[in-house]
Amino acid sequence: MTNSAVRMTGVVKRFPGVVANDGVNFEVLKGEVHALLGENGAGKSTLSNILTGLYRPDEGTIELNGAPMSFASPKAALDAGIGMVHQHFRLVEPFTVAENVILGNQETPFLIDAESIIDRVNELAARYDMAVDPNAKIWQLSVGEQQRVEILKVLYRGAQVLILDEPTAVLTPIEADALFRTLRAMTAEGRTVIFISHKLDEVMSVSDRITVLRGGRTVGTVATMDTSTRELASMMVGRSVEFSRVVRRNPGVPADVVLSLSQVNCDDDRGRHALHDVSLTVGRGEIVGVAGVAGNGQRELAEVIAGMRSSTSGRIAVAGNEVPNGKARAAIAGGVAHVPEDRLHTGLAAGHSVEDNMALKNYRTPLLSKFGLLRRNVIATQASDLVTKYDVKTPDTATPVRLLSGGNVQKVLLAREFSTRPKVLMAASPTRGLDVGAIETVRGRLVEAADDGVGILLISEDLEEIMSLADRIVVIYEGRLVADMPAADATREQLGLLMGGAKMEASR
Amino acid sequence: MNSNIFIVIAWSAIFYGTPLFFAALGGVFTERSGVLNLGVEGMMLIGGVTGAWASLHVGGSAWFTLSAAICIAMAAGAVVAALHAFLCVTLKANQTVAGLSITIFAGAVGLSSYFANIWKVAEDPVTRQIRRLDVFGLADTPIVGPLLFNHTILTYLSWVMCAVASWYLFRTKIGLQLRAVGESPQTADAMGINVVKYRYIHTMLGGALAGLGGAFYSLAIVPTWVDGMTKGAGWIAIALVIFGFWRPGLTLLGAYLFGALQSLGTVLKSRSFDIPGDVLDALPFVMTIVVLVLVSTRFAHKRIGAPAALGVPYEREER
Repeated sequence: MTNSAVRMTGVVKRFPGVVANDGVNFEVLKGEVHALLGENGAGKSTLSNILTGLYRPDEGTIELNGAPMSFASPKAALDAGIGMVHQHFRLVEPFTVAENVILGNQETPFLIDAESIIDRVNELAARYDMAVDPNAKIWQLSVGEQQRVEILKVLYRGAQVLILDEPTAVLTPIEADALFRTLRAMTAEGRTVIFISHKLDEVMSVSDRITVLRGGRTVGTVATMDTSTRELASMMVGRSVEFSRVVRRNPGVPADVVLSLSQVNCDDDRGRHALHDVSLTVGRGEIVGVAGVAGNGQRELAEVIAGMRSSTSGRIAVAGNEVPNGKARAAIAGGVAHVPEDRLHTGLAAGHSVEDNMALKNYRTPLLSKFGLLRRNVIATQASDLVTKYDVKTPDTATPVRLLSGGNVQKVLLAREFSTRPKVLMAASPTRGLDVGAIETVRGRLVEAADDGVGILLISEDLEEIMSLADRIVVIYEGRLVADMPAADATREQLGLLMGGAKMEASR
Repeated sequence: MNSNIFIVIAWSAIFYGTPLFFAALGGVFTERSGVLNLGVEGMMLIGGVTGAWASLHVGGSAWFTLSAAICIAMAAGAVVAALHAFLCVTLKANQTVAGLSITIFAGAVGLSSYFANIWKVAEDPVTRQIRRLDVFGLADTPIVGPLLFNHTILTYLSWVMCAVASWYLFRTKIGLQLRAVGESPQTADAMGINVVKYRYIHTMLGGALAGLGGAFYSLAIVPTWVDGMTKGAGWIAIALVIFGFWRPGLTLLGAYLFGALQSLGTVLKSRSFDIPGDVLDALPFVMTIVVLVLVSTRFAHKRIGAPAALGVPYEREER
């Protein structure tokens, strides 16, 4: 087809242990906005990295305007007219906008002529309706303006195909609207835009056609006018195998609240508002699942409850007692246990032995230390008891945890957290990266703890996990809890829609 | 020579500051590319010993011999710096450790002393030394004459270099790209700039300038080879890079300040001031420590514009 701007056929990319792209077919027409839709881990980023020359595909072909291409480097792709606007901006902060725009451009003369560059930047910016001061330093700009600089950079290089990786993730709604206008202005001139996203609403509003990826494969390509958010959601999450809900020995008691958050707000590491008025309760023995696409405030939620991050307002109480803001030790003393997402770095001291890691939470108790001196023999006994109880496969308790397999690392962490007899346990993606057997063990432990009365907050991107374990499901989107429903009433499709930012009404 | 003490100190500041400036200017280039070079002291000593050797063994006119000696000293510094670049850029080693190793390996009780031994350069003073020039015959002008027009050619060269370096860093495309490599190698790489090439070239350029600084000691200041003759000047140069906010002009001023401190001991002793010599000798190093402590706070680092990727090996993000 002569109208094709980019055509990728049978693209396969393997990484050690994962097939990120497994025979992806993907065609983009000239002058269209083509959305690439998929959950995290569906293979979108890998595909765009192949297209921009950062990765080389193991199999498959790439055609640009009908001619076969293979890119040895990002520069080669850029020279061929494919420009990438990264989610994490590639900008030199102390430089001006103009300096960033000309960076690496062959045509820039040896002596920099600031005037003519500024003129050209202004001209490009005006043409595509992007207000930005060429003389401003990057660090002075808002995130939305920085993104415009990224776009200007690739336009200045003459890119005909622009790839935008989750461009709205960092934008305010007004900035996002401005971006969409810019994209329209570009396609009106015959440029092509590939728009990577997992947000259904914006994909529907900005794109001409949509290709959905799931598990590294192409699910299909549809014209935006012929589809709906509902159809896209089911394509994105898949109507996969039936799963069964776990059988609970003791159902939870939602009325007996062990963890409550009321109107909690906090900022992320970059100082942006990450949680907006989050209110949530977990009852004794109840498992509450927090569903959402990564980066929507899950990490901040867990850290705020664990006392690792200070809230800017709001109250957190464990079993009725308010927990002081941002004090991890007080949270632990109050009965909060935490199985963090990054188990080997946040959860455990990777280079330390199994027994030291198991004592990390209760080494201060008189049982394990006296006069500030550790009682090594008691610590060793505690560890070997836990190793037996939790069936940790380790040569001995002196082995550093980093040498254990993922499943056993998680068992060490769970053993430690449960050994403090918590009232609440937060588990963030507790089975990610584990093999089937380990997944079963970990899930079993969580259910067992809930049966024993521990309130569990299960934060996971894995819908199947949430739907099979949770009694109640809340959905987090852009730092807000957008839904709260009994698990029995939830459907995959509906959760998929909510996770993608569709309004509650739309899903009913 | 005019004996006014202030003129003597000011002249000495420039004279002793010149090798510091060469080494520090090299550091500016190296660090602007994102490579931290703690091997400066070693590179200066290698430059010093090879320069001394060349001045004893290369025949021809004095001009030719000294030019050759300077070129050889710079080449030797660049070779040692290439080793540093190989460790830091290609092997992605810890830059602090690599730099320290190079100073230990090439430094006062290492390679430079070994060469001095086998070449027997320490036995005689160098026969051809770099002498002061009376440019434009202005040396006898009151005050400015002895101060500004009674230096070696290398001092005049350093002033030219300072201007050229500023122009190169802040007005040319290559300079812009160099600074981008030191600030954000990811960005530079994505824009098609060869990060590895830039880091190698500017690390070696830094080594060459350190070698030149070392040669200034053995050919002009002492002028002969003495083991460990730079006496920590390389470390002062590293502090100077920070003191000069990675800018050639400020680095030049800083070099003269430290040059003044270094010369203070000699000058005051010769005029029988009653201050213990050891205290005076320690002055530049006390100052170095003060500067390093002040600027190593997080706040200062952000404000004075250290290259953001300084000391961080660059790796393309792969899974």
